[in-house]
Amino acid sequence: MKEVNYNELKKGGFMRQVQKGYFSMRLRVVGGRLSAEQLKKIYEVANKYGRGYIHLTARQGVEIPFIKLEDIEAVKKELSEAGIEPGACGPRVRTITACQGSSICPNGIIDTTELANECDKRYYAQELPHKFKIGITGCGNNCLKAEENDLGIKGAVKPEWEKSNCTFCGLCQAVCPTKAIQIDEKNKEITIDRDKCTYCGRCVKSCPTNSWKGKPGYLLYFGGMFGNNIALGKQILPILFSKEDVHKVIQATLEFYKKYGKQGERFRNTIERVGWDIFKKELEKAIENERGDLDE
Amino acid sequence: MSDIKADVFLDITNLVCPMTFVKAKATMEDMEVGQIIEIRMNESEPIQNVPRSLKEEGHEILKVINNNDGTYTVFVKKGGQE
Repeated sequence: MKEVNYNELKKGGFMRQVQKGYFSMRLRVVGGRLSAEQLKKIYEVANKYGRGYIHLTARQGVEIPFIKLEDIEAVKKELSEAGIEPGACGPRVRTITACQGSSICPNGIIDTTELANECDKRYYAQELPHKFKIGITGCGNNCLKAEENDLGIKGAVKPEWEKSNCTFCGLCQAVCPTKAIQIDEKNKEITIDRDKCTYCGRCVKSCPTNSWKGKPGYLLYFGGMFGNNIALGKQILPILFSKEDVHKVIQATLEFYKKYGKQGERFRNTIERVGWDIFKKELEKAIENERGDLDE
Repeated sequence: MSDIKADVFLDITNLVCPMTFVKAKATMEDMEVGQIIEIRMNESEPIQNVPRSLKEEGHEILKVINNNDGTYTVFVKKGGQE
């Protein structure tokens, strides 16, 4: 009998089940988006080769359980006809998750779907010392929980107030969740405490006269993990305004992990062992040509 | 307190999203363009979303008053073709 290379199967998105000879197949989903046509094909495959159901994973993935070993090639072929590829398991960059972002959600600040697709093309399934999760969320509501990821990205806005049109209605002060905005109606002045501002952009979105303007940007979080050990990702860089800078930072992060990470060591533990200061320096080096963006 | 005189008063403190916005929008549909509505709403989610949604519908937020009891009073002028 031909020997089964389970590691290769796992790498290709097939995970061994408790039931001997059966595999749960993980699909490649980007930013939680599937077309109706793809869903139709998944439905057909789950009926034909599985047991008529799918499992939705905690990270926007789709898995089809009860695929027989001998059907794997046929399943891959059928799914590929609808543009569906197997997903990645094991020590590599996993599903890029994303909320609906600014193209759909009224709260969204950045186009998360576009960024998720870019990240998928550039980084998906890259070999690393351990699993590596990238999650993208469009705003401070944090539906995608940026800090849970090895690398989380959050849409953000740096607000600036312009006096000219302001009616001092008070809405910005009312909606600011950190009470960073103070209105002095008597002297017709508004101040913002930059230390308290979380760049959520509510003042900009709410302002009736567009007196609050803001430049959309990205807050990045590093080293989050939510498995046997739990740690929140840390924001160690200021807001970034250029998407290319974001990619430079992601690339530098993955290179740092490849360079310093031990096999089987989660990224957070690598940073803790090597040092946050060294990691931060490597990231700053990656974007040093555009330091202007780093100055707040 | 405010020196703005409202034509209509609405209390949505007993509603949750999305009914807060739905009720405000429905009430404003019966108003004349240029009339002012005074809406009392809860802090947190309603104050963050209802005025913004009304702004997107073309209405004008005139004044927001913190009642310091967990509610806000928002004065909105109905927008549209005069």
